[in-house]
Amino acid sequence: MAYTKPRNRVGIEHDRVTDVSSTDFPGYYPGEDHSWSIEKFKNHFKVHIEYLNELNSEFDLIGVDPSIANAFRRIMISEIPTLAIEYVYIENNTSIIQDEVLAHRLGLIPLKANPDYMHWFKKDDPEFEPTDYDTLVLHLSAKCTVNPNAPEGTTDPKMLYNNAHVYARDIVYEPQGHQTEWYPDGVTAANPDILIAKLRPGQEIDLSMHCILGIGQDHAKFSPVATASYRLLPTIDIIGEPITGELASKFKSCFPKGVVAINSKGEAVVKDARKDTVSREVLRHPEFEGRVKLGRQRDHFIYCVESTGAIPPDQIFLKSVQLLKKKCEILRKFNLSA
Amino acid sequence: MPSKKQEVEVSEAVEIADQEMVDTEALEEEIPVIDSNKIQILPGASEDGTAASFRILQEDHTLGNALRYIIMKNPEVEFCGYSIPHPSEAAMNLRIQTYGEITAVQALEKGLDDLVDLCNVIESEFKEAISKKDYETSQPIDN
Repeated sequence: MAYTKPRNRVGIEHDRVTDVSSTDFPGYYPGEDHSWSIEKFKNHFKVHIEYLNELNSEFDLIGVDPSIANAFRRIMISEIPTLAIEYVYIENNTSIIQDEVLAHRLGLIPLKANPDYMHWFKKDDPEFEPTDYDTLVLHLSAKCTVNPNAPEGTTDPKMLYNNAHVYARDIVYEPQGHQTEWYPDGVTAANPDILIAKLRPGQEIDLSMHCILGIGQDHAKFSPVATASYRLLPTIDIIGEPITGELASKFKSCFPKGVVAINSKGEAVVKDARKDTVSREVLRHPEFEGRVKLGRQRDHFIYCVESTGAIPPDQIFLKSVQLLKKKCEILRKFNLSA
Repeated sequence: MPSKKQEVEVSEAVEIADQEMVDTEALEEEIPVIDSNKIQILPGASEDGTAASFRILQEDHTLGNALRYIIMKNPEVEFCGYSIPHPSEAAMNLRIQTYGEITAVQALEKGLDDLVDLCNVIESEFKEAISKKDYETSQPIDN
């Protein structure tokens, strides 16, 4: 029986990919109904969560179009507001790091602070005064001194000096007004071990910082994700006669561990195509020509979302869905017929 | 029984609390600052309104491609496409042509509504999947 590729498959040949565009539009297939139906979508759409914790996640959206999946990915990266250090007021900086470089480094530190409580700081308005509703205040002060109790003969700067290294954990949050209700546990860096500067005796850093809301489109420091990406589920179809014996073990070794297994009859069977890296190694061997078809399922998206620590990954995704919805609702309010 | 002075203080406190309530409400309301030119119909639309181009400000491929897809799913629509005319202009152009039964504006409005419905389904399904709590909490290690 000849192999017919399902419609929702991207074909993967040794030198190219085929059928990359969606075809589920009205008029594409004669006599078929491909008009939008929320009921049909509801019946086909599935969510699978592979794993999820405070920082990382992998989940599948099955039954959506790439245009929609990509919108969520783009929103997660560049349009979800988070808090980051934006203004640095340097009282004293005698370290070797220049003021502007230090300020930039501070800005990039991910903060563990829920952005939902804050309002927008109006950067464009010169009259706008920061309030407890829109600005978090942080302080950092460190002075390096000689450690008189350093063990004899040591060359380790951490032993020789006090405060030789300034870390993100040294940042102190100063609650303003209502902020004690919103941030009862305070605001800290998501990772306390980020090295900000190195000092030597006599050098000093003393500065205060203002954190405001922003989006990744403006500056990457405001992005809530370290990465947000998706890939399509790989497919491997063994066509025609089963692959057996010596050939089966060669077939198995063409894929990463756990993708192909050999069953009791000695036939190679696809165990877990999800683990495949789609290296296309199998397509390099003439003995497998015409016996295997590689592909990807065009409507099965495997998302990988890594949070910076401010918002959990599942909340980031939900926010992206809500934001796309909001974009539509805003446009819907305009009366264009008039 | 509280003295008069205390009473005054209480009422003052209530007043201050009220004021703060108003303040937060005012802040919440001023967040969506929407440009009145957010969406415009570009010159050159057909007279019967069945073909039109729209210019949407402050939008990009995120909404453009999603909207293009959902509008193309409408069988009354003959053509839908979008473009970003220049990368340094924060604007997106959307072209809709229908077979004549509906206007381009109606097709756009249906597209927006359908996209909202789609988001609602994804949101509720995702929330349901999370609430089941039957997922791993650490990345599976391959052996």
